[in-house]
Amino acid sequence: MNDIVIKINNISKKYKLGQRQPYKTIRESIANLIKKPVNRISSIPYQKNDLPQEIWALKDVSLDICKGDVVGIIGRNGAGKSTLLKILARITQPTEGIIELKGRVGSLLEVGTGFHPELTGHENIYLYGAILGMNRLEITRKFKEIVEFSELQDFIETPVKRYSSGMYMRLAFAVAAHLEPEILLVDEVLAVGDAAFQKKCLGKMDEVSKGGRTVLFVSHNMSSIQRLCNSAVLLEKGKIISVGKPSEVTELYLSKGATSKLEWKRETSANANAFFKRIYIKNIDGKISEYVTTTDALCIVLEFLINKHSENLQLSVGLLDRMGDIIFSTSPSDLKLKIPDSKGLYHAEVRFPKEILLPTTYGIRAVLWHPNFGIYDANEELRFLVQETDSYITQTPLGRSGKIAMYCDWNIQREG
Amino acid sequence: MKPNNNESSLIIIKPSKGWIPINFKEIWNYREILYFLTKRDIKVRYSQTILGGLWAIIQPLFFMLIFSLFFGKLAKMPSDGIAYPVFVYAGLVPWTYFANAVSASSNSLVGNVNLITKIYFPRIIIPASAALSGILDFFIAILLLGIMMIFFNVFPNINILLFPLLIFLTFLCAIGVGLWLSALNVKYRDIRYTVPFLIQIWLFLSPVIYPSSMIGNKNRWIMAFNPMAGVLEAYKACLLGHMPVDWKMLLISTIIIFVILIGGLFYFRKMEKYFADII
Repeated sequence: MNDIVIKINNISKKYKLGQRQPYKTIRESIANLIKKPVNRISSIPYQKNDLPQEIWALKDVSLDICKGDVVGIIGRNGAGKSTLLKILARITQPTEGIIELKGRVGSLLEVGTGFHPELTGHENIYLYGAILGMNRLEITRKFKEIVEFSELQDFIETPVKRYSSGMYMRLAFAVAAHLEPEILLVDEVLAVGDAAFQKKCLGKMDEVSKGGRTVLFVSHNMSSIQRLCNSAVLLEKGKIISVGKPSEVTELYLSKGATSKLEWKRETSANANAFFKRIYIKNIDGKISEYVTTTDALCIVLEFLINKHSENLQLSVGLLDRMGDIIFSTSPSDLKLKIPDSKGLYHAEVRFPKEILLPTTYGIRAVLWHPNFGIYDANEELRFLVQETDSYITQTPLGRSGKIAMYCDWNIQREG
Repeated sequence: MKPNNNESSLIIIKPSKGWIPINFKEIWNYREILYFLTKRDIKVRYSQTILGGLWAIIQPLFFMLIFSLFFGKLAKMPSDGIAYPVFVYAGLVPWTYFANAVSASSNSLVGNVNLITKIYFPRIIIPASAALSGILDFFIAILLLGIMMIFFNVFPNINILLFPLLIFLTFLCAIGVGLWLSALNVKYRDIRYTVPFLIQIWLFLSPVIYPSSMIGNKNRWIMAFNPMAGVLEAYKACLLGHMPVDWKMLLISTIIIFVILIGGLFYFRKMEKYFADII
């Protein structure tokens, strides 16, 4: 079983920053010519000039994968996971390095790619099958099985544009699941469909790996990595920082998320009337959290110093999305709580409702301010990626849209 | 990637440099994608239309009527002794195919971003299938030409045997131009706006509305540097049988077509590796 089927040797991938931007037209180029000097004159810092012109999405990545391995690849957004799969799938070329692959590669980088809305389910099975690398005979042979797997027997002659998104994904996954590659690349496709269907899909992946085939599986869901994989790779900023048992690597990943962003301390003193000394996220035991999950009730602790007697001081905390936009904010004055006027070090705690965070990146903005004198201190240092755990939030097929979740009461009744 | 690959088949992934040879074997291995994409394009084109395949005739038919009125009747355009409507329609049908194939393949890569950024297969299949899918329209439209020829008492001669070759040359010319434009379109979206304009100008530079004999038999070979000129003249000669095939023009045009095509293949191949990154 020790045959190496994927030999990755010092792979690097460089993106020029311009490459990731949308296409340019001559008109835009002219518009840019005009904008640049205007930005300079109005003394708005022209950020583009400050950014590096190129980024290494992957840097010197080497990895050997043996036949039959199910390897989970984890890491934050932008760590290079998807880039690695794209290179293995030959969608994009590495800038440096060499990879040797033994056997047919199938990729499920995005299920449903190549589906055409105007075509029926039947026609799309053939089209998508061909795109995934199956030939006509193979598809015909598996056609019945695919339709049964998708549970869409009654709709198979309907154009897929009439499908719900769930049905669409089910059909797509059914085709993809019947691909029989020696090496399978999967990118977070398990989050599709309802619970029963997900179970089926997991079963299929299990089957694939039991059949001695190799699977590379990119996911943010630590529990499926632990359940499905026999080894895991942690990527950070384009480099492999850990390879090993899934339980150990995922633990490392989860704890990594904490150290950098879940606590902030002021190193130097400030001379404002009031300022924050320390801000951190607390777990149930009252200690600094190592990670935040979708089930947690986020508890933020704010330690601040009042330097100068100050009447009507205000404190507020906002939840930021990953772009830094504020989603909502809260303040002790909501509860008619007053901030003490007198000098001294204070400790404030705010607890968000539980199960409102989606598995994405959030930030915390804390502000000490005065209605007449403006902001004394504002802090946006805390940032964290929320880990997926089992809750109603992560059970929604295809993920949940919006910036936060709210558990609401529902009532559905039959009329008449 | 096909089942005929045995398990020990080795795929090497590494950065490619400079000019890359065209891997015909790989394209052959992926031929079924070409088939299904072409089929998709044909099906999708006329789904939810009332007239369906009739659209293939309507476009050249209306041009024929308008050109017959203005150029044939009013401007008294010469037509090598053939009734002008037949003369112009015989040029319009291949021209329409060519024009649609060029514009479809030029926009094909940009229109299939999903495929390019998610799945690997030789990218050339995308513009090729776009250029190929118009061929059915061509055959539908040519039926009307047959009816018109009977009506106007025009019959082909032995040169009709050249017809399949001419279709093939038209396809090669369309794909050749399409390869250049589609690859350029990935990088510069200006191409999208240039193509309709380019095709319009090209129509007037080609002997569709007028015969190449108009510029004098001595110098008309110069026209053949427009690759469609030699091909269109040969279409008319072989379909209408009213004049001998101008082999010199056809040869010059064929050479130009191959220059465009081979250049296009290499350019496309060179640009291919960047598609997923910049599209």
